[in-house]
Amino acid sequence: MKEKNHNLYKFNLSYNLLSRRNIVDKLFSILAGIFCLIVIAPLFLVIIYVIVKGSSQISSVLFTQLPEPPGDDLINAGGIGNAIQGTLIVTAISTVISIPIGVGGGIYLAEYSTNGPFARFIRFGANVLAGVPSIIAGVFVYGSIVSTKILFNNSYSAIAGGIALSILMLPTVLKTTDEGLKLVSDNLRKGSLAIGASKFTTITKIILPNAFTPIATGILLAIARAAGETAPLIFTALFSFYWVDNINSIFEPIASLSVLIYNFALEPYEAQNELAWAASFVLVLFLLILNIIARLLGRYTGTMK
Amino acid sequence: MKSSELAVLFKHRRRKNREKLLDRGFKTFSVAMASSVAIILFAILILIFTGSLESINKYGAEFLVTSEWNPVTDKYGAWAAIYGTIVTSILSLIIAIPLGVGTAIFLTENIIPSSITNFAGMMIELLAAIPSVVLGLWAIFVMEPFIRPFLLYLYHNFGWLPIFSSEPIGPGMAPAILILSIMILPIITSIARDSLNQVPQNLRQAAYGIGATRWTTIFNVILPAAISGITGGVLLALGRAMGETMAVTMIIGNSLSFNLSILAPGNTIAAMLANQFGEADGSQVSSLMYAALILMILTLTINMFAQWLVKKLSLKY
Repeated sequence: MKEKNHNLYKFNLSYNLLSRRNIVDKLFSILAGIFCLIVIAPLFLVIIYVIVKGSSQISSVLFTQLPEPPGDDLINAGGIGNAIQGTLIVTAISTVISIPIGVGGGIYLAEYSTNGPFARFIRFGANVLAGVPSIIAGVFVYGSIVSTKILFNNSYSAIAGGIALSILMLPTVLKTTDEGLKLVSDNLRKGSLAIGASKFTTITKIILPNAFTPIATGILLAIARAAGETAPLIFTALFSFYWVDNINSIFEPIASLSVLIYNFALEPYEAQNELAWAASFVLVLFLLILNIIARLLGRYTGTMK
Repeated sequence: MKSSELAVLFKHRRRKNREKLLDRGFKTFSVAMASSVAIILFAILILIFTGSLESINKYGAEFLVTSEWNPVTDKYGAWAAIYGTIVTSILSLIIAIPLGVGTAIFLTENIIPSSITNFAGMMIELLAAIPSVVLGLWAIFVMEPFIRPFLLYLYHNFGWLPIFSSEPIGPGMAPAILILSIMILPIITSIARDSLNQVPQNLRQAAYGIGATRWTTIFNVILPAAISGITGGVLLALGRAMGETMAVTMIIGNSLSFNLSILAPGNTIAAMLANQFGEADGSQVSSLMYAALILMILTLTINMFAQWLVKKLSLKY
């Protein structure tokens, strides 16, 4: 008995920093920290390079001039005015297409469906569509709209590019609408229906305004994703070296920042490469601002709950 | 109140036909919009399948294993691109899994204060917001020149291995693999974070309670509990890596011939589509559609499997 007690004293229950298990534990924590730094490093490196190489070229010329076709002028590559305009137009077209479809579909899933096979199939389809590579959306729009010239005999056009982007935006908008509507308290629905409002009035006047922030967050994130996409545009919207100055231009090829970066990055001329960096700076700034606004909106909803 | 008076009151509350019509119309509208998701998905599959029929009939399964791609002689085989797609996506996953899961553990397991982890988590999500074309530009002008000495070292010292058997000359599969792993890290990290956060706190407390250290707990209790979500995230990342186009196109070299070495220029299906689709005609379009069909089947299978896995295994807790 005495012997046993003595043995117990040998166990030191206080934390021993130098014991093997604690050292191994610390080493793993440090390793995980290093992994975290490695993962964050590219973000900083890319952002720093884009800022350093791009911001030095910010001038009024950049925003007001057209890009010079490669090889014309070896020193001055012009500006990216029409590419900014084109990105805004194509993104706007895709937003206009995907919002009614995505929000409408989301309303069906959250408000009308009874979680039956059809609704489950649509949710599954939305997830699958979200995983479709963006280049496939480009191939699809090329095959169905560009090569068939279905849009008033126009082939490459801003509309075709917008449709291709809307295919990528659709699943995000649909899913965030579905989830945003589910967050709205059921009491509101019952209250509204109980005082005799129709389903339509309940949804448009009570439910949708209450789910505004999550839906808006989802739409902003979808826009931010679409505005940076290149693959669906390279053979649908193509590229153009001219301004869009009238409404018919949406049936013609249109410039965009992302396609400009792609085309000019692969040119052997330094002036064009520099312009690609400038365009990257503008595009990244635009997308980061959109993302941060979306996140702030999302946080705002988080505190509301 | 008499029942006749009540009847009058209710008569006033009877809905107008216009209102009923609007109600029914809105429901029909929402059903139509929801169905359009399925319609688009099927339309994509049908269009790509019919577009590739000509090439499927002509080459059949031979298309998958031959690597000659020659518009002049009208002979097409996609093995080089299929090999590139599989090798780049798998190798980028091998790089990204430990980094991404390690980061997710670091950010969820209370190792550092939560204000720092929130900031780091936001940084990683912003990394996902950088467009792939900008990453491609960065890869061409910054990353590739920077890593070339390391690739040369690999070639000079390990050149006897078939996968390092050619001299790096600039664009190639190795830089494409690196840029792909940067692009899929945010997906793996954020999904792994979500799954780790969903592991019940009780499991952690029980493990600590019986005297396990932090990392014993992580390896033996938390990771096994979160493995389904993490695997789902990894599969989603694999699907994304296979379909990723722009950054890969810009840095992989777009070689049409097959080369086993990852230091040599290569090709992926997505890169081939981006490069050739705009200028293709005749049976080349059909062959590209065939390649697109293969890519579509690959990514769809992986995505469906990932969804199934997440749904099946996440019911455990």
